[in-house]
Amino acid sequence: MEKIKLARIKAAAGERLTLADALALYEDNDLLFLAKCARRMKEAKSGKKVFYTVNRHINLTNICSANCPLCAFQVKDGDKRGFVLETDDVAKILDSAKELKNLSEIHIVSALHPDKDFAYYKNIVRQVRAALPEADVKAFTPVEIVNFAKISGKSILEVLTELKEAGLDSLPGGGAEILSDRVREIICPKKATTAEWLDVMRTAHKLGIRTNASIMYGHVETIEERLQHLITLRDLQDETHGFQAFMLFPFHPANTELGEEQSLKRVGSWEDMKMLALSRLILDNFDHIKAFWIMLTMPIAQLALGFGADDLDGTIGEEKIIHAAGAQTNTGITRTDLERFIRETGYEPVQRDTFYREVQP
Amino acid sequence: MLAAEEYKDIEEKIERGERLTREDGIRLFHCHDIAWLGAMADKVRKRKCGDIVYYNVNCHVNLTNICTSHCKFCAFGRDCDEKGAYEMTKEQALNLVADAMKDPNLAGLHVVSGLHPTWSFDHYLGIVKAIHETYPQLYMKGFTGVEITHFAQISGLSVEEVLIRLRDEGGLQAIAGGGAEILSDRVRDELCPNKATADEWLEVARTAHKLGIKSNASMLYGHIETLEERVDHLLRLRELQDETGGFQTFICFPFLPKNTELGRKIKQTSHWDDLRTMAISRLMLDNFTNIKAYWVMLTVPVAQVALGFGANDIDGTVHKETILHDAGAESPTSLSEDKIIRIIREAGRIPAACDCNFNILRKFA
Repeated sequence: MEKIKLARIKAAAGERLTLADALALYEDNDLLFLAKCARRMKEAKSGKKVFYTVNRHINLTNICSANCPLCAFQVKDGDKRGFVLETDDVAKILDSAKELKNLSEIHIVSALHPDKDFAYYKNIVRQVRAALPEADVKAFTPVEIVNFAKISGKSILEVLTELKEAGLDSLPGGGAEILSDRVREIICPKKATTAEWLDVMRTAHKLGIRTNASIMYGHVETIEERLQHLITLRDLQDETHGFQAFMLFPFHPANTELGEEQSLKRVGSWEDMKMLALSRLILDNFDHIKAFWIMLTMPIAQLALGFGADDLDGTIGEEKIIHAAGAQTNTGITRTDLERFIRETGYEPVQRDTFYREVQP
Repeated sequence: MLAAEEYKDIEEKIERGERLTREDGIRLFHCHDIAWLGAMADKVRKRKCGDIVYYNVNCHVNLTNICTSHCKFCAFGRDCDEKGAYEMTKEQALNLVADAMKDPNLAGLHVVSGLHPTWSFDHYLGIVKAIHETYPQLYMKGFTGVEITHFAQISGLSVEEVLIRLRDEGGLQAIAGGGAEILSDRVRDELCPNKATADEWLEVARTAHKLGIKSNASMLYGHIETLEERVDHLLRLRELQDETGGFQTFICFPFLPKNTELGRKIKQTSHWDDLRTMAISRLMLDNFTNIKAYWVMLTVPVAQVALGFGANDIDGTVHKETILHDAGAESPTSLSEDKIIRIIREAGRIPAACDCNFNILRKFA
């Protein structure tokens, strides 16, 4: 049978796709067929529910020793735009977060600061835990965890164990970019390698720390590398079952060295929706696919619910990383608006905590 | 949620190429399975017009925003003495076109304007004539059914006579699709009582088609109309198309509330609504060849995705759009041809530059 015919039959039946199947479906470019299949898989996994959370992002610092060409957020030490939050600053944010009704998660992602030691980060986790005992602490991507191991001389296992003891509940899915060392050499040569990123996730899952996963696409990667990335994540998930949600980050080239050097253009929304649907289909062992509205804009994230997504992330206050790369979205959205957007699609809004347990609003 | 079972009868009709009824249309507007709707519309699109996506390298010419119509959904129209009111002289209009001519690929013009209280039909015609005589190589598309009705009223000529003069003296080759809004007198009485009625709008299209002048059609939705009225609107267009075959493309205009009188009460449609409306239009208008995703209103990302929801026309480079930007359109005021080609290609389709009658000028296989 023709390759694409077989791949379409498998996709329609929700069967596991090989890399060859995924490539054939990508080339076939039948967006609405992919959407139909992805939607079917979404409904098999989470029915009519669409999840969101009330969370607060904290970016501790933008001063970074990794200087990844893909990033518009980081600045070098000494740059006027640089900032570092100390205990007092964090306390202020936590105070305002306390005001948020039904806050269920604090999300902390930061740069690799050249001078801050591991104790600084661990103390922040303790501080958050103490200030907001009810909220889940989702903090530090594997890239940061690898950095903590390096600067502290501890193993990944030790770093994660200590963070867990300090109050860490889960890890966000960032820093995966494309899990190919060829690509990482170009877009982020100084941070965690493919093996290191996967090792952190594997170790976290063994410790019972759930995590997310992600992809950043639309830069220098080939389509095969992009799809292989998804298969790599699926393989680890088969082994550990520790991933909760997967999210897609289209690369925003504005204000990045990578965008400028390679004259990259932002991929179109067609590509965004296609990647979303394909990811839903390939990651058959992931429960949730997140449409991160802050990157996609809310109106497009709503459309994503027709293409396999079942999670819109949160009502976020003060997102800094993506906005530094020119995202045009608002930095926060109210629950009423979020719920209205979800209801219009015929789905039911469900407020969740970090672990997808339902929260009564 | 999945439409497969509930809408099986409609799916079978679509597979067989059978005409959908009013009831089918209303049911489709209650379908939440947007992926299925899109897939159905995409199937019809493929069958009717293949993989080519049309675009124009064009320039919009809006001669004046001074308008006696005062439609409640409009952010463009002004009174004479109102701030921001303008009227172009013949020279200014020629200068605008001269500027647009810097693009060697410019193929034609889209001329749409307000209903000026003191300009005569000859005044409008004079400007268009001057442009046409100076740039005879440019196609001339322009004037909505509303403007043509207005010209007939102020000149005492019949609609047919107005159209003949515009064609023979002004070089008019096709009529723009605007002004249809919702072809329901209930809606028009409330929103735009001072301009062409539903019947008058349709009569202009009918007369033009008889004269061999093709026209476009449109629908402005997302304001006070009911979903049934959307379906009825599509059916009225389909009926006339059965009679004349003179419509070329259909354009969905979501109402942009910013800076309009009506907008104080009404929120902008979601893109979810935009795409299902696009798909249902493709399905209901089985005798229209083309469906346009007008990027100026939909935004570029949504217009691109709309290519999967039945659209095969993405409008043009536009060169300084003003009417919708007054209503807060957040899209750019023009697009480069390169970008249009990239958008179409990413969707796996074949970009083709065309004139106002869908004759292909250049194709990028």
